[in-house]
Amino acid sequence: MQHVIIGAGPAGVIAAETLRKNDASCSIKLIGDETEPPYSRMALPYYLINNIDEDGTYLRKAASHYADMNIEVIQDRVESVDTGAHTVTLSGGAAVNFDKLLIATGSHPIRPPIPGLDLPGVHSCWTLEDGRNIADKADTGADVVLMGAGFIGSIILEALAERGVNLTVIEMEDRMVPRMMDQTAGNLIKQWCISKGVNVLTSTRVESIEQDKAGRLTVKLDNGEQLGADVVISATGVRANTRFLEGSGIEADFGVLVNDRLQSSHPDVYAAGDVCQGKDFSTEEFSVQAIQPTAADHGRIAAMNMCGRDTRHQGSVNMNVLDTMGLVSTSYGLWMGVDGGESVELVDEERYRYISLQFQDDVLVGAQALGLTNHVGVLRGLIQTKLKLGKWKDHLLQDPTRIMEAYLGATQSIGHNAALL
Amino acid sequence: MAWANNVLRVNLTDGTTSNEPLNMEWARLYLGQRGLATKYLVEEIDARCDALSPDNKLIMTTGPLTGTMASTAGRYSVVTKSPLTGAVACSNSGGFIGAELKAAGYDMIIFEGKSPQPVYLYVENDKVDIVPADEIWGQSVWAADEWLHKKYQDPLLRIAAVGRAAEKGCLYAAIVNDLHRAAGRSGVGTVMASKNLKAVAVRGTKGVGNIKDPAGFMQAVNDGKQVLAENAVTGQGLPTYGTQVLMNVINEVGAMPTRNMREVQFEGASKISAEAMHEPRESDGKPNLVTNAGCFGCTIACGRISTIDRGHFSIENKPQYWGASGGLEYEAAWALGSDTGVDDMDALTYANFICNEDGIDPISFGATVAAAMELYQIGAITKEQTDGVELKFGSAEALTWATEVTCKGEGFGQELGMGSKRLCEKYGHPDLSMTVKGQEFPAYDPRGIQGMGLTYATSNRGACHLRSYTVSSEVMGVPVKTDPLETEGKPELVKAFQDATAIVDSSGLCVFTTFAWTLEDIAPQVAAACEGDWTPESMLEAGERIWNLEREFNLAAGLTAADDTLPKRLLTEPAQTGPAKGHVNRLHEMLPKYYEVRGWNKQGEPTDETRQRLSL
Amino acid sequence: MLRALQIEPEKCTGCLQCELACSYQAEGVFNPAKSRIKVFTFHDEGRFVPYTCTQCSEAWCMHACPVEAIVLNEETGSKDVLADVCVGCKVCTIACPFGTVNYNQDTKVVYKCDLCGGDPECAKACPTAAITYVDADHTGLGRMRAHAAASAGAN
Repeated sequence: MQHVIIGAGPAGVIAAETLRKNDASCSIKLIGDETEPPYSRMALPYYLINNIDEDGTYLRKAASHYADMNIEVIQDRVESVDTGAHTVTLSGGAAVNFDKLLIATGSHPIRPPIPGLDLPGVHSCWTLEDGRNIADKADTGADVVLMGAGFIGSIILEALAERGVNLTVIEMEDRMVPRMMDQTAGNLIKQWCISKGVNVLTSTRVESIEQDKAGRLTVKLDNGEQLGADVVISATGVRANTRFLEGSGIEADFGVLVNDRLQSSHPDVYAAGDVCQGKDFSTEEFSVQAIQPTAADHGRIAAMNMCGRDTRHQGSVNMNVLDTMGLVSTSYGLWMGVDGGESVELVDEERYRYISLQFQDDVLVGAQALGLTNHVGVLRGLIQTKLKLGKWKDHLLQDPTRIMEAYLGATQSIGHNAALL
Repeated sequence: MAWANNVLRVNLTDGTTSNEPLNMEWARLYLGQRGLATKYLVEEIDARCDALSPDNKLIMTTGPLTGTMASTAGRYSVVTKSPLTGAVACSNSGGFIGAELKAAGYDMIIFEGKSPQPVYLYVENDKVDIVPADEIWGQSVWAADEWLHKKYQDPLLRIAAVGRAAEKGCLYAAIVNDLHRAAGRSGVGTVMASKNLKAVAVRGTKGVGNIKDPAGFMQAVNDGKQVLAENAVTGQGLPTYGTQVLMNVINEVGAMPTRNMREVQFEGASKISAEAMHEPRESDGKPNLVTNAGCFGCTIACGRISTIDRGHFSIENKPQYWGASGGLEYEAAWALGSDTGVDDMDALTYANFICNEDGIDPISFGATVAAAMELYQIGAITKEQTDGVELKFGSAEALTWATEVTCKGEGFGQELGMGSKRLCEKYGHPDLSMTVKGQEFPAYDPRGIQGMGLTYATSNRGACHLRSYTVSSEVMGVPVKTDPLETEGKPELVKAFQDATAIVDSSGLCVFTTFAWTLEDIAPQVAAACEGDWTPESMLEAGERIWNLEREFNLAAGLTAADDTLPKRLLTEPAQTGPAKGHVNRLHEMLPKYYEVRGWNKQGEPTDETRQRLSL
Repeated sequence: MLRALQIEPEKCTGCLQCELACSYQAEGVFNPAKSRIKVFTFHDEGRFVPYTCTQCSEAWCMHACPVEAIVLNEETGSKDVLADVCVGCKVCTIACPFGTVNYNQDTKVVYKCDLCGGDPECAKACPTAAITYVDADHTGLGRMRAHAAASAGAN
């Protein structure tokens, strides 16, 4: 059996390893188009602040890891897929045969149609190469404009601030991380950043970017203001890398369309990770989540199916954790709530603490928190097991911080007076 | 060193806070907690000041072992001048806040002055905020606790607070921490409220380190834990029955003060005893006792967690009391029960719950109700004062009513809140107050246990069993059995217990360990943790030093040898039943000798020689 | 034979000796705030429940880690955090459905129970044997793992 995996991010690497664990003799080719060994984008911000060396970003530390597992790593770019011939074509024209193919090509930063976005001083922050470029230019005292305060923008924000740059963040929505946190939390994060010396402009758009002869950039905003900048970083969102599949017959929408075996419209082709429009646990709809734990889920489950072990994907819980200059925020599932559901929240604006829980009947379906670093994962457990909370829901409505007590109370018999109380 | 070497000073008048290093010279002489904080108090306030004025200071203090893994090392004390007695107050509490304060990096907090408006103190490691307490002033301790936990979104925030009784001036108001642990005696909560300080909320995530000899310390700690586990009292009696194990024992000895100490045995004792707490109730088949519970680091776990029968008249329409909470300790069961003649355990448990909820000392409160009941019986108090309530001995309804009004500081509760000395004086019968230096007696009748008479008479904080628990020797035979009806040797025994207890209280450990531990067990733990020469002998001497320091404070405050006495009833009315039948307390046989072994003159003052010997 | 922590909440008195022992072993200070095992208090029920990582076979934390900073200890079955590899991204803290991986804001890395390498201090410190270290088959682990499996989605 010949397995080919396109994309050497977390989904691709975990899939390759899962294949090997389940089939000692199959052929596994892992094709990635970046020059480095497989690395984690999650680790890039920590590379930017010199917390780790470049090899600290690598998904697997041992240099011989892939060879040891008899996984062939190919550094090349896949130009196209021929499902009929069961081949993929590399940039040089060479063809690689497959019996089963996994598309794990991830996503790329989108470039909004803004004049000047292709100027040399404008960067994305997506690859290790981008990281190096930013690290080169964005040093102490540099004026940096960051476009986009979504998840990616916010995660590199700390790295930039720690480099000692003069930072302005521009977000067109009315708060930071609008697709991860609600109004209350998004605005608290904004206040927090401002208190740390970052200039944050929400409900603001960049209209154009210009550059003078010395290389200095001018960012023009829709409120008429102009900002001078040495570097502009664009972090306005990502889109699945599906373009090379055009004409292959493999159906894609926001990402590659798959069933609950992560199988695409062609039975021998699977998809995983950011490129995959997989099932969302909470909505039961198929959408691109583009988060690390989902990539790991996908990689494992797709590989199981590729080697003939029928495995269903029940859907991944959408979840995010973000550290914005020391303020840790998390969100899970249907954090925005559901029709007919109930919710509870506690806000402490002075201390930037926030917790919000969303229920449907007596089941937790979504949650958000600021400043919660202990036992936060149990929110996932409560959501994903659809645990019926019973009276513990009322306890949570009283005090939503008691999430561990609710979990333990609902799963263990608590106290010999339990029946009584 | 196990000290944090850091004192937090909070000036409530100015709303400012500052840090200063611990006075290590004093620490070597007084160790920590009770001894060391008393030294600070003696040095910093005028002993003659009004306890409820801004001139008084209030010190929340830990010991060097507080927050370590030594068994029971979660204790903290509140040291101040008492409004109830005018003497030094040192109230010791378990729970978790002491260790939390230490883990936040402080040996003690010294509160000075008086805030112009109600405030609480929030401490999170180095972050210290004085915060307006508008939302919780006028609320119970439990309500304040819940509000603070939610405000800070932190289930592990440790909170000490005063309730409505303290705000209304009840003179024996407690500072309650962790919902049902309390620095209970001598009105330390009243002092806190007088400073407009509602609560102290602490979160410490630094931990306690700097152990002098870590390996030696862990060895000593594990040895100590083993001794506690193998001892019948600390290994079995206390975890199973709590301090309530004493109810039937002391009743049989004939030293159970009953109905304002008119009698020495209570016919209802077995109904409110530890054994009764284990008995399934008729109504729901559940016992009163849900579980035993430990304070921070405690491997004894004598704490009681109880429920009240939901059908009981006191709570049938109050679902907020249907859950479990802190149950009856022996002292509370005695004061609320036998001293008032009430043998309804659910009523006592309810009274105990709300003593915790609003922060009053159940010993002083129960004894004050007992005095009021006697005043009612002789007609000195009538229904006019009690809103029509029949304040009769044995009435559970009267007890629960009295508890409610005192906790809220309403109506007759204001008078009960004065304590029995002032109440009995007001109604013309000062002799009916069972107090020493204005503080009510605990649960051992000194006619049946002679040494306790001397203990009470000479206790530096007014009547108290925890200053020298000679019951241990006179009843339980620890460390040696002495005859409870004999006075010979008791002065020496009392002194030894007083000195040893003072240093144990100064270490951060719980005095209940001494049912099993001697200073031979404790000194190695202190010595391995702390700089200084800590042997059983040097610790005993430090204990003696602390005792004399407290005495000096009281003398400076205006107390004299005349205050080292007992109520007339105990000296002249013989016990009517039991082994002590016919006995009064023979204090006069013990007191002169006590002064002598203490190295004090006939006026009860330490001689110059004693002062010099103890480096005072 | 793999061993596991067996926890019997009905024996727990809430004294935190386990947290003290754990933090002292792991951090060198007595500091319940950094303990890997935590005792949860059910005040109204009068119950204390110690809880820590069950070293579940699904190992959500380990699989979610983007930089291979959580590894399987073949000897004990524990999933151990390599503090010098962890970048502090916290993905494991949100991925663990039991809430037993925590982030330390001081050290900027995550921490979790590692069974003290096979000789857990919490079990040794517990005065009431509410925490014991026993053959894995004898613990309530089957039950806990069944619960973990229910949250596995696919597995």
